[in-house]
Amino acid sequence: MTTRPEATTRPEATTRPAATTPKAQNTPSGTPTKITQGSPTKGGIGESTLRPDGTLKVTGEFAYSSDMWHEDMLWGQTLRSTVAHAEIVSIDTSEALATSGVYAVMTYDDLPAAMKNYGLEIQDTPVLAHGKVRHHGEPVAIVAADHPETARRAAAKIRIEYRELPLITDEASATAPDAVLVHEGRDDHHIGHVPHPNIVHRQPIIRGDADEAAKRADVIVTGEYTFGMQDQAFLGPESGLAVPSEDGGVELYVATQWLHSDLGQIAPVLGLPEDKVRMTLSGVGGAFGGREDISMQIHACLLALRTGKPVKIVYNRFESFFGHVHRHPAKLHYEHGATKDGKLTHMKCRIVLDGGAYASASPAVVGNASSLSVGPYKIEDVDIEAVALYTNNPPCGAMRGFGAVQACFAYEAQMDKLAAKLDMDPVEFRQLNAMEQGTLLPTGQVCDSPAPVAELLRRVKARPLPPEQEWLTAGAAGTSVDVRALPGGLSNTTHGEGVVRGVGYAVGLKNVGFSEGFDDYSTARVRMEVINGEPVATVHTAMAEVGQGGVTVHAQIARTELGVNQVTIHPADTRVGSAGSTSASRQTYVTGGAVKNSCEAVREKVLELGRTKFGTYHPAWATAELLLEGGKVVTDGGEVLADLADVLEDEAIDIELEWRHRPTEAFDLRTGQGNGHVQYSFAAHRAVVEVDTELGLVKVIELACAQDVGKALNPLSVLGQIQGGTLQGMGVAVMEEIIVDPKTAKVRNPSFTDYLLPTILDTPTIPVDVLELADEHAPYGLRGIGEAPTLSSTPAVLAAIRNATGLELNRTPVRPEHLTST
Amino acid sequence: MRVNFTVNGRQQEADDVWEGESLLYVLRERMGLPGSKNACEQGECGSCTVRLDGVPVCACLVAAGQVEGREVVTVEGLADYAKHREDAHPGGGCASGACGTTLDAAKRWQSRPTDGQTGEAVELAPIQQAFIDAGAVQCGFCTPGLLVAADELLENTPSPSDQDIREALSGNLCRCTGYEKILDAVRLAAARQGEAAQS
Amino acid sequence: MDFLRPASWEEALAAKAEHPTAVPIAGGTDVMVEINFDHRRPEYLLDLNRIGELSEWEVGQESVRLGASVPYSSIMEHLRAELPGLALASHTVASPQIRNRGGVGGNLGTASPAGDAHPALLAADCEVEAESVRGTRLIPIDAFYTGVKRNALEPDELIRAVHIRKADGPQQYSKVGTRNAMVIAVCAFGIALHPETRTVRTGIGSAAPTPIRAKEAEEFLNAALEEGGFWENGKIITPAIAQQFAALASGACNPIDDVRGTARYRRHAVGIMARRTLGWTWEQYRGVGRTLEGAA
Repeated sequence: MTTRPEATTRPEATTRPAATTPKAQNTPSGTPTKITQGSPTKGGIGESTLRPDGTLKVTGEFAYSSDMWHEDMLWGQTLRSTVAHAEIVSIDTSEALATSGVYAVMTYDDLPAAMKNYGLEIQDTPVLAHGKVRHHGEPVAIVAADHPETARRAAAKIRIEYRELPLITDEASATAPDAVLVHEGRDDHHIGHVPHPNIVHRQPIIRGDADEAAKRADVIVTGEYTFGMQDQAFLGPESGLAVPSEDGGVELYVATQWLHSDLGQIAPVLGLPEDKVRMTLSGVGGAFGGREDISMQIHACLLALRTGKPVKIVYNRFESFFGHVHRHPAKLHYEHGATKDGKLTHMKCRIVLDGGAYASASPAVVGNASSLSVGPYKIEDVDIEAVALYTNNPPCGAMRGFGAVQACFAYEAQMDKLAAKLDMDPVEFRQLNAMEQGTLLPTGQVCDSPAPVAELLRRVKARPLPPEQEWLTAGAAGTSVDVRALPGGLSNTTHGEGVVRGVGYAVGLKNVGFSEGFDDYSTARVRMEVINGEPVATVHTAMAEVGQGGVTVHAQIARTELGVNQVTIHPADTRVGSAGSTSASRQTYVTGGAVKNSCEAVREKVLELGRTKFGTYHPAWATAELLLEGGKVVTDGGEVLADLADVLEDEAIDIELEWRHRPTEAFDLRTGQGNGHVQYSFAAHRAVVEVDTELGLVKVIELACAQDVGKALNPLSVLGQIQGGTLQGMGVAVMEEIIVDPKTAKVRNPSFTDYLLPTILDTPTIPVDVLELADEHAPYGLRGIGEAPTLSSTPAVLAAIRNATGLELNRTPVRPEHLTST
Repeated sequence: MRVNFTVNGRQQEADDVWEGESLLYVLRERMGLPGSKNACEQGECGSCTVRLDGVPVCACLVAAGQVEGREVVTVEGLADYAKHREDAHPGGGCASGACGTTLDAAKRWQSRPTDGQTGEAVELAPIQQAFIDAGAVQCGFCTPGLLVAADELLENTPSPSDQDIREALSGNLCRCTGYEKILDAVRLAAARQGEAAQS
Repeated sequence: MDFLRPASWEEALAAKAEHPTAVPIAGGTDVMVEINFDHRRPEYLLDLNRIGELSEWEVGQESVRLGASVPYSSIMEHLRAELPGLALASHTVASPQIRNRGGVGGNLGTASPAGDAHPALLAADCEVEAESVRGTRLIPIDAFYTGVKRNALEPDELIRAVHIRKADGPQQYSKVGTRNAMVIAVCAFGIALHPETRTVRTGIGSAAPTPIRAKEAEEFLNAALEEGGFWENGKIITPAIAQQFAALASGACNPIDDVRGTARYRRHAVGIMARRTLGWTWEQYRGVGRTLEGAA
C-alpha cells in the first residue's frame, strides 16, 4: 500500500459555489441585520407578542455565531492541556508550522501586548498557558489553517513536554500547610482578607448571636450537603469569526452575554485601543452564564491579526466542556434550630465553593452564596461563611442561579428535616418562617418590595395532585402499560414494580441584578423617524439576546412609550454603550429600563417639537398630560392633537442614554452587612416523582411552580423562562453532573453521551402560577425572573425523592446507586 | 472527492470534499445551508436532523460520501417540502389521504403571527408557524432539528398523543424551554392540521 | 483518508480484502462520532449504504435472516412477532434518528459490551453470517464476542446478516440508563423463553468485558422449570426460583465502575431486571400478560 504525499491528502480549503457567497467581498455571510416588526394589536407591554426573530429562527436563516462564513477564511484550532497541573518544560511548534495549509501557530511567546491575561474581575487567566497549566483542557497553543481538519492535524503535531505538579483538588489539599499555590504572587484585591492564597474570596455574615440563640432552640438539625458540578450546556457551541480590518483593527462576530465586558478584556491583550475592536453580536445558542467569560474571542482575533485573514473558530461539544466555566460544585454545612412551636431560632452555615483554576466570577458567587444562604426565611441570628477555592479542577463561574442554587439545595433540605423533627407539615413550617415585605435580611438590608413567599407555597400546595399510576391505560384488550410514563421510560425496566410516589416542596430566594456596589447600568439608543409615512422607532442596544426574548420586550416597550406600531431592533454591537450582562435576571429590568428611559426622552423631544409646530392651534399642548398612542399625539383624555408623521416630518429624533437602577453597597468584609442587592425574586415548586425504588430510577411526574414576576411584560416569554429554569433545576437533581476524577483532576465525561440533559421524555408537566405584585422601584413594577425557578426546582425534586424512599440524600444529583445503596 | 446529491429539491455538487466530512459539514460550510445545527456532532442532540430519502437522521453522523445520489431535506426546505406534501397528499400527513383538504383550506387555519417580518411575507410550514405561535422558540438552536422531526411525526401520525410526541422528539434536546411550549406547538400544529382536514 | 463506495456486496468484499484496515461504515452512528471527535482517522472508509440487500430481511421457517444494516426502526416496526426481544432492544437504542440509521451489524462489528442488541441476540440465539472473498461462515453468537470491543471477525471479513431464531415463546428486554430516552446502557438484560426446547436463554449487556449469557442462571432455571413441571402446568414461578435466578444472573456479571455507574449497582440492577423480565415473560407464556405500549 502506498502512502500518498501529504500535499495531496490534506483536505482542500472549503469553498462555496459562487451563488451562495455574499456579494460584497469583505462582508461575511451571517452578519446580523436589523429586524423590523409591526403588530396588529397594540403590541405593548403585558401582551404576549411574538418574537421578532421567530421567523428567521424557524426557517434556519437566523445566523448563529457558528454559521458565520467569509470568503477565504481560515479555521482556528486550540490545543489544550492533557494534564491538570504541570510545568510546561518545552513547546515545539515547528512541525505544525511546516504543515501545508497552516497559516499560523501561536503560543504565549507570540502574544503581542504587555497584557497577557484576562478575567472578569481578576485578570488571572492567561490567553495561552505561560510556563504552567493549572487545569485539564487549558489552552496552550492555537493554529490557523485553511480546513478544520488541517488545523486539527497541525495542532496534534505540536509537542509539549509537561512536568506534572501536585494537584490541589479540594479544601483540604488547598489549605494544607505545605499546599502548592495555584496562583503565586497574587496581588488582587481579595488577597488581603482571605485566610489562604488558595482561597479566592471569603465573605462572612454575622448578625445577632447564633450561639446564644441556639440555646433557645428545642430542636437543632445539622447537615453536610454536596452539590455536583453542573454545566450550562447551551446548545450553540462557542464560536465566532474575526475579520481583520484595514485600520489594523479587527471586526469580531461572536456569541456572548456581554459585548462590552468582552471588549474590555480583548482589546488590552491584542494591544489595540477599544475602538479598533468592533464587536457585533451573532446569534447566540443559549448561554445560562456560560458565555460570561471569554472563550474563543481572543484566540480568533490573534490569529486573524497574525494572518491578515478572517478566522473562524467553532468548538465541538467535547471542547465546549473545556471552553467555558461551570457551576461551582459545593460542600455546604448547615445548622438550624427551631422552637417546638416551629419558629426558627438561628442558622449557621459554611459554604465551600470549588472555583477551579481561575477566578472567573467566583468572588461574586461567594457574595451571593453568603448573602442568600439564609433563604426566604426570617432568622435573626446567623453565623455565615462562604469561600471559593482555587484548585486544579475545571474553572467554575456563572451559571443561572449563581451561588444561590447551591445554598437553596441545602437550606431546603434543612427545612424538611426540621419539619420532620417537629412533626410539622413541611409547607406550614416554611410558611410560619417565611420572609415578607419589610423583613430584615442577615445583611441588614430590608426587603422593601413584595415577598409573597408563604403565598407561593400555598399556591403550589393547593394545586390538585396528578392522578396516580398514569402509566396504566385502559384499552379494549384490558389494562396495558405505557412504559413511557414510568421510571426508566423506553428502556422498559418496570411495569409498575417497585414504583413509589413522593411529593416534595421547596422555595428559594434570588437576587436580581449585579450586587455589592457594582455600577450596574445599561445604555439604549432610541431613534424615531417617519418612514413611508409611518412613524418607526429603532432600538439600538448592546444587549445580548441569548434566547430570553429581550428583543421582543424592547419592541413592546417602544410601542408602549412611543405609540408606534413598527419597531426596528438594531443588531447589538459595541457602537452603542454597554448594556451590561444578560445574566443575573437583570436584562429586562436594566436594559428594559434603559429602553424605557430613552423612549421617554424621545417622547419629550417629540412633544417639544409638536408644541413648537402646533402648540398655538390647541390649548391642550400646553396644559394637558400628553401621550403617544396609535401613531398620534393624544391627551390623557384621548383627544388627538396631531399625527406623529406631521410632528416629525423628515426629522429624526435620536437619543442615547445610560440608565441605572438604585445603587447597592459592598458587603462589609467582616460582618457582611450592607444593602448589597437591588431586588429579590422568589419562586416555589412542588415536585411529584415516581421512583423505582429497586432500580433507583426516577421519573418526575410534575413540577408545579408559582413565581412572583412583579409585572409580566410578555406572559408567554415569562412561562418559557420559568419552565426552562425549572427543567435545568431538575436536571441537576437527577442526571446532570460533570465528573472530575479526584486522582487526576481530569474531566471524565465531556460529551453529551455521558453528560446527560433531560430529554422531553424525562420532562414532567410544568404548570406555572404567575403572581404579579409590583415592585415600585422597578420599571413597570417588574421583577427579574430568569433564575428563581432554577433554585427551588432541585430541592423540590430531592424532597420528593426523599419522601418516596425515606433516604436522607445529602448530595445532588442523585444517582441510581445512591437510591439503592450500591 | 466529489459528492452529488439533491438538497431541498435542487441538485447540488460539492467538490474537494474531505472523506471525513459529515453531511452536516457539507451542508453548513460548502452549501451555505447552516440551518442544520452543530450542537453535539455525536448524534445526542438532534439539532442537525434532516430528512435523508425521507427519513429523519442526524446529518452529523452521515458521511458526506454516503449521500451520493440521495435526497436531503433541511429546515431551509421544510416549508416547500410541507407544501408539496400538501399538494400531493392533501390532508397534511394523513397517510391514507382520506382526510384530505386543500392547501388553501389548511392555510386558513394558520393564525397569522401577530407580528410579521417586514419585507416579503415568508411562507412557513404549519409546524414552523406553530412553533412561533406557541412560544416554542427561545435561543432557537434546537429549533431546526425539532421542526424536521416534528414535521415527520405529523406526516405519519396526524393526531399524536402527548406520549407519542414525547417519544418522537426524544432525540432532540432543548436547553431553554423545558419542552412545554414545544409540546404545545406540536399539539397546535396537529390541531390545525385536523381542523383543516375537517373543513 | 479514502472513501470506498462499493456498489455491490462482491465489490465490498473485494475492497475489504484489498484493504483489511478499511473501516466499514453503514449507519455511521459509531464511526462518525469517532471521526467528528478526532478519535479515529481510518485510512479507508468502506461505505456499505449502497448495498441494498444489507437493509433487507427474510423470514424463514426457523429463523429470520436479518441484513446487517436493517435499521432498528424497521426491526421495531416489522419484526415484533418474529423477534420480540430484539424489537424491544431496538426501541431502547438512542433516539429515533439513530434508530433510523443504525443496525445490528454495527453493534456486532463494534462489539461494545454496551451495544443494545447483544443481550437480545444472545437470548434469542443466532448466528452471524460473516463473509470474505475466501467464503462465508456462520459464527454462533456464543463464540462471537472475544474481548472488550473485539469479535471473531477476520480482518478481511464483513458481516452480511444475522440468522436469528424466530421466537417460539415470549421474550423481554430491559435496560437501565439514567435517562428515560437516548441513553447508553448502564447495564441491560435480555431473556427468551424457548418452550419448544423447554429452555430459557439470557443475555447481559454492559456488565462484563463482553456481552455474556447468564449460563448458570439459565441452567438453574431450566432444571427448576423442568422439575416443577412449570412448562406443562403453567403455574406461577415461585418467588424462591425467581430470586435464585436473579441472584445467579447477578453473579454472572463481572462489571467495572465507570462514569455511568458502579460495579455494585450493575450487579444489583441485573438481578432486578432478571427477576422482572422472567416474571413478564412467564406471565405472557401463561397468557395473562399485559400488553406494553410504547415498548416496540
